[in-house]
Amino acid sequence: MGWAALRLYTLAVYGFMFLPVAVVVLLSFNASQFGSFPMTGFSARWFVELAQNDAILRAFRTSLILGALTALISTTLGVLAALALVRYRVPGETYISTLLIAPILVPEVVLAVALLLFLNFLEVNKSFTLLLLGHVIFTLPFVILVVQARLVAIRRDVEEAAMSLGASPVQTFFQITLPLMLPAVLAGALFAFTISFDDITGTLFWKPGGVETVPTQIFSMLRNSISPEINALGTVMIVMTVGLPLLGLALARALATRSGG
Amino acid sequence: MSVEAREARQPWILLSPALTAVALLLFVPLLFIVVYSFWLSSATGADVVAFSMQNWREALTDAFYRDILLNTLKIAAITTVVCAAMGYPAAYFIARSKGNKPLLLLLLILPFWISYIIRTMSWINILGTSGALNSLLVGIGLLSEPVQMLYNETTVILGLVHFLLPFMVLNVFVSLEGIDRTLEDAATSLGATRWQAFTQVTLPLSLPGLAAGSLLCFVLGAGTYITPMILGGPRDAMFANLVYEAIITQLNWPLGSALSLMLLVVLGALVAIYNRYLGMSQLMKGLG
Repeated sequence: MGWAALRLYTLAVYGFMFLPVAVVVLLSFNASQFGSFPMTGFSARWFVELAQNDAILRAFRTSLILGALTALISTTLGVLAALALVRYRVPGETYISTLLIAPILVPEVVLAVALLLFLNFLEVNKSFTLLLLGHVIFTLPFVILVVQARLVAIRRDVEEAAMSLGASPVQTFFQITLPLMLPAVLAGALFAFTISFDDITGTLFWKPGGVETVPTQIFSMLRNSISPEINALGTVMIVMTVGLPLLGLALARALATRSGG
Repeated sequence: MSVEAREARQPWILLSPALTAVALLLFVPLLFIVVYSFWLSSATGADVVAFSMQNWREALTDAFYRDILLNTLKIAAITTVVCAAMGYPAAYFIARSKGNKPLLLLLLILPFWISYIIRTMSWINILGTSGALNSLLVGIGLLSEPVQMLYNETTVILGLVHFLLPFMVLNVFVSLEGIDRTLEDAATSLGATRWQAFTQVTLPLSLPGLAAGSLLCFVLGAGTYITPMILGGPRDAMFANLVYEAIITQLNWPLGSALSLMLLVVLGALVAIYNRYLGMSQLMKGLG
């Protein structure tokens, strides 16, 4: 009896989680020109309008470039650090780990203010550079945590075998370690991209006037009223941020099975 | 250089880019705003380098800031309790489920990937005057005309719960998964009821996860300014909104620095207390 009640409760929690999102997707296909109920018919016109909206397309381009560069830098820094933490005995390791995840222990709004004021002092004004640096520092801890968790699972003896068979450390890294690490690296990069793509708290502080990312674009559109276009944009965002990681997950799994990991 | 010395240097070479980034982009900027908080704001042009207590006096003694700080902590606390009440049973169900666990797990992680701003604004579709709930209630005749259910403290809390619940569920789930299930069986075979076995064995063992989830919900909840801007009314500003106002709208950066540091100290104290008693490893487990 208790179990059935618990199942029902959990179902309700999932409903709470997903129902509002489902409504966004549903309304994005509403033919009505108001972004609300009642549904007056099924139409894809808002997606067409979306594709013709210059401001939104610009925001998409900014977000994609920003996310890709963030992922590239953050993953490079994060993978190196994770390697050091997993593969070596480093004195004061717990302190170093805590230092490295500090950017997510500090409230993001405080990080945003500190970085904005400091870089402004260094004459780096609100700019794409500031935005990029902000996103890198904010995503770095996540990359380190994700990569670290997966690196632990890679067995050291495969590398030792390669070395004992005459491979140099550099050869071993590129031919053994890196391919084995690839799923972890991809997972880290994807994570960094998704977090960057979704960020608004820091972005609103760092972005220069006139530059919008997708979330800040949605935010400024919300100031008027909720339009069907926002719901359509939301649907695209959901497909991107949910679809991409799922794809990545599948890819990582495929790679992992092929390399026998 | 000896082989040992090279071995000992290698991890530092690997760590240095990340450590440098954290130092230059987090710690130095934080120290910088400590200094900045003593400067004086200037209505025209650059802020004046000074050693003035004015901003701190304003931030610490003005009842306006104090009330909003207390209200922010209250909202974060309610959010955390609601997240625990909703998230714990759900996490328990998933951890003990014999059904399709990978699917349940995926559903658990999925909300993390759905955009925060989309999830927040989705409530306008539900609770707005022409939203789903109003349409439904008017449609079945319970309301004669739509009422405004949005833009109050309750909807802010609702939005925060919706945003933070996955953090709670995931942390509790991770700690429940780590508990040896035979312990519960042992308790029941020794005469405990299943409820007793839960409250006296499983629940205490899962407290670290509950604590980690609660910390995340509280700290993230108390640091937000987007949710109140979208789902709150003019009087539902949280402390981070004051920071945003000072920095972005009023361009009073010295005051904004002082307010940021206040928020950092209050929330940092919580993290420090948590770290002192439970350590960071549980938190990292839930995040990784």
